[in-house]
Amino acid sequence: MAPTVTVPTPLPEKFPEGTVVEQEGMDQPTWVVQREVLKDLALELRDGPETQFDLMLDLCGTDYPERDQRFEAVYHLYSLPRGERLRLKVPVTEDVPTLPSLIDVWKACDWFEREAWDMFGLRFDGHPNLRRILTHEAFQGHPLRKDYDPARRWILTEDKIYRPHPQPPEGEDDDDIFERMTINIGPSHPAMHGTFRVVATLDGETIVASEVEIGYLHRCFEKMAETHTWQQVIPYTDRLNYCSSFINNVAYCKTVETMLGIEAPPRAVWARTILSEFSRIMDHCVANGSTLVDAGALTNFWYMFQPREEIYGLLEACSGARLTVSYGRIGGLSADLPPDFEARCRRLLEIIPPFIDDVDGLIAKNRIWLDRSVGVAAISGEEAVNWGWTGPCLRASGVGYDVRKAHPYDLYDTVDWEVPIFHGGDVHDRYRVRMAEIRQSLSIIRQLLDRGMPEGPVIVDDPHIALPSKEACYNQMESMIYHFKLIMDGIQVPPGERYSMVEGANGELGFYIVSDGGGKPYRVKVRPPCFPMMSTFSRLIEGGTVSDAVVSLGGLNVIAGELER
Amino acid sequence: MSGLLAAMLEATGPTLFHYVLVPLIKIAIVLFAGVLPLIMYLVLAERKVLGFMQARVGPNRVGLWGLLQPIADVMKLLVKEDVVPRRAVRWAFVLGPCLVVAPAFVIFSVIPFGPPAATEGGISWFVTDINVALLMVLALATLPVYGIILGGWGSNSKFSLLGGLRSAAQMISYEVPQGFALVGPLLLAGTMSLVGIVEAQRDLGMWFIVPQFVAFFVFLVAGVAESNRNPFDLPEAESELVAGFHTEYTGIRFALFFLGEYANMIVVSSVAVTLFLGGWLRPFPSVEALSFLDLSFLPAGLGGVVWFSLKLFVFLFVYIWFRGTFPRYRFDQLMALGWKWMIPLALVNLFLTGLVKVWV
Amino acid sequence: MIELLTQHGEAILFYAFALAAVVSAVGVISLRNPMYCALSLLVTFLAVAALFLMRHAELLGMVQLFVYGGGIMVLFLFVIMLVNLHRLREVRLFNEQVPIALVLGVLLVALFGWVFLSLPASAPGDSTALVSLDGEVVGNAKAVAWVLYTEYLLPFEIASIFLLVAMIGAVVLGRRD
Repeated sequence: MAPTVTVPTPLPEKFPEGTVVEQEGMDQPTWVVQREVLKDLALELRDGPETQFDLMLDLCGTDYPERDQRFEAVYHLYSLPRGERLRLKVPVTEDVPTLPSLIDVWKACDWFEREAWDMFGLRFDGHPNLRRILTHEAFQGHPLRKDYDPARRWILTEDKIYRPHPQPPEGEDDDDIFERMTINIGPSHPAMHGTFRVVATLDGETIVASEVEIGYLHRCFEKMAETHTWQQVIPYTDRLNYCSSFINNVAYCKTVETMLGIEAPPRAVWARTILSEFSRIMDHCVANGSTLVDAGALTNFWYMFQPREEIYGLLEACSGARLTVSYGRIGGLSADLPPDFEARCRRLLEIIPPFIDDVDGLIAKNRIWLDRSVGVAAISGEEAVNWGWTGPCLRASGVGYDVRKAHPYDLYDTVDWEVPIFHGGDVHDRYRVRMAEIRQSLSIIRQLLDRGMPEGPVIVDDPHIALPSKEACYNQMESMIYHFKLIMDGIQVPPGERYSMVEGANGELGFYIVSDGGGKPYRVKVRPPCFPMMSTFSRLIEGGTVSDAVVSLGGLNVIAGELER
Repeated sequence: MSGLLAAMLEATGPTLFHYVLVPLIKIAIVLFAGVLPLIMYLVLAERKVLGFMQARVGPNRVGLWGLLQPIADVMKLLVKEDVVPRRAVRWAFVLGPCLVVAPAFVIFSVIPFGPPAATEGGISWFVTDINVALLMVLALATLPVYGIILGGWGSNSKFSLLGGLRSAAQMISYEVPQGFALVGPLLLAGTMSLVGIVEAQRDLGMWFIVPQFVAFFVFLVAGVAESNRNPFDLPEAESELVAGFHTEYTGIRFALFFLGEYANMIVVSSVAVTLFLGGWLRPFPSVEALSFLDLSFLPAGLGGVVWFSLKLFVFLFVYIWFRGTFPRYRFDQLMALGWKWMIPLALVNLFLTGLVKVWV
Repeated sequence: MIELLTQHGEAILFYAFALAAVVSAVGVISLRNPMYCALSLLVTFLAVAALFLMRHAELLGMVQLFVYGGGIMVLFLFVIMLVNLHRLREVRLFNEQVPIALVLGVLLVALFGWVFLSLPASAPGDSTALVSLDGEVVGNAKAVAWVLYTEYLLPFEIASIFLLVAMIGAVVLGRRD
């Protein structure tokens, strides 16, 4: 499944013996790195002509209390030009949990390092602003450490809260008669879709400095995943990117499936591909609709939400739920497709395009919209990669990285489709990329429907993984035992670790899962695509006006559930 | 009716009757039978029309087709708690909404809804006709911005203050092209009396929109901007400034701001109808064959009122249509549009009109 | 009561507006909060506009309302809202050229007194003076226009040039580069 990657082995030889060691038997090349050489190695990996790891996808901590060097910082790197992945592991002890900050190498490390500090207490030397990010300022301890009791509760009040007061660089504060105003945009503000807080210092209407605060919707997903069986984690994944919850199901299930060494039956794969594309359409509709409504174009919002409404009908027919579907299961799907599945899909293919075309007709050549969006919150492809962007927003900046093309999974390599790329990197191109992707998704769905629905089961026929049917469970002793074992002990996933990814609606959605062979995951780390994009938000809006900031947020499609987990 | 009036005349004497009592009655009729119900149902119409434009239904629960919705809304706003923020400047906070509504209502006193009295002592379809009416409309139309500034500043909220700031800048920028645009019809008519301007259109045989199309366009844009409506609704831009200048307002004070916005819409539409669309005149006022359109079977010039209302409704619909179509401008783009396009356009139009006026 | 109003209505209104104008004018220079000063100035403008109207100078009244009330004061308020009022307290608001100011003030009072005394006594009472042209009543707008564009054309044009210069100056000063 995973493409064989070759990372040049000479590179470790540049460093002293034992500081960079390749770990065998992993799903992807993995190097164990001593922290003394981490920064040099990172620079070498980023700039070396044979490595070119320009994209820092994810940084997380792991905790193995029984080891001498208890913590590990795990970096997932990706090389866009070479299409290869590399995992770096940096072990540190509990007494001196410090690492060099890689913020100078990959700006994406900024928030990821703060998160690792918050969750594990890893300290990053040289980080300019190493504060808690997901938990409250007054929180004590580091919740993802294994010795932190998941049932522990805190009452946290406002009095110890950090009060941001962003200041522009010195020397610009010349005209001191005119007041600079600091305003709180959020956490409760009509433009903050979700609960973020942007503290902006204004000169007139121009934002001269800003600071983004998140963590208002942190729900301890990763900690909770460690206390639930493998299947029980699925409903939690719904609540990551709740605009396209089915894609999260798929991403999680596929990761566990590869760890188990099984594959979902063809019918389930077929349905997963179609429903993932419908979910992507919904997500893009939300992103573009909210961008437009933030620009004051209310009507388009309704036009964009109508297709979403219709797609909810399809998901409801499949799973019984509309928003948080929980339709995926490890090994397939939770239930068979409804008998009118194809007819429903065909109907959707007919009613969605008119809405999309109507919005394009209203907006595409509208002078006001062009003035509001072209060149606003623009970012170059190179910079976006350095900040860790993926997905439609990166493709709007001219970098055509799409997991579905670069590392095809499910049925994406069997259909004919294109990756839309625009080069402006601004609000307008982020809008256009999404519109083009909606059309591509529709085309993918149409091709798959024309191919016809594969017959067969929707979940693997393995009693250690899939629950027996209710009838079998009530009537056969064997099935009942399997049912009991699955419910009480859960699926037994062999020990190991795995990072696998799908193309989420707003970028590469990765799951890094460590199993210790038990019925519950040892560590689940989500690589949320919108996390690095939100960390760039300050950089995007500074110099623009409040209106620019508001209109650019919707296009980033930052979903608080996924951002803060 | 006429008997009652005669009895009143008898009781009060001619001076008091003609200069106090009759205008008072007319004002009461215009406000309570005309403008206020119109505003209430304009809100409903806006919600309905927007609903149809946006693939949804709009209010349909209170009464048939939601026809009682405005009454329910008014009741709700009246009984809501009236909150004044603790550190607000109380007098400014209280005065703000009143300042928005009052000037708009005063302007209705000079709008000619229908023709003047055909005979001495008959009924004229307006409250009064003064010889600087046009200037008065312009002057009073600028005053609501004080309500917005006071409300925004007095609320002691940063979003309100930003809304007030935007409103002030917007008002200054669009007052100038609006004034220039009005000079076009003024030049053609040679009078600042609104009745006189309509009569000049009748004498010319065409509405002023034909020779003064550019002025009409500038006035329309500036009028939308001055009544803070989409795409120029920056002072209250809900996605940016929460609700702009009226963020902190509740209940009846909020209702007054709301009332002021719609009253201003009607004022701008009425002035546009009067100046550019021939006021109470029927279409093609010079074509004899169409004289049945005068609706002369209606008593006492009521046909003129019907035409005026029809044109007014077209304008109000255009307002709603704009809201359903356009995104919102950004602050600096709004300024650029006003100063770099509208003012030069209005000036060129003024210059050409002057040339025509001198040579023709 | 009604007779009192109808006979002396004009006088009552005059004194009411005059009082408002004077009181608010004092407020402009005596209040501490710049916002209140600006609003007092607005009240002064409105009261003066009303006084113009009462003298049948409706054009002047409306222009006063339109230009000063609608334009200039909005600009003042705009600037005041942008200015850091807390820091303004540390800035010295009044300059120290008291002697020159006194001399200029006395000169101004003398000028007003001279104009006031030299006018014919009947002028304020003559309500048609501002609306008639060669004895024919044509309305304030026409009367003012006629006088402005014939008798005072040169001062009018000079004033326009001054304003143009001021505007260009403002544009040049306001450029940020």
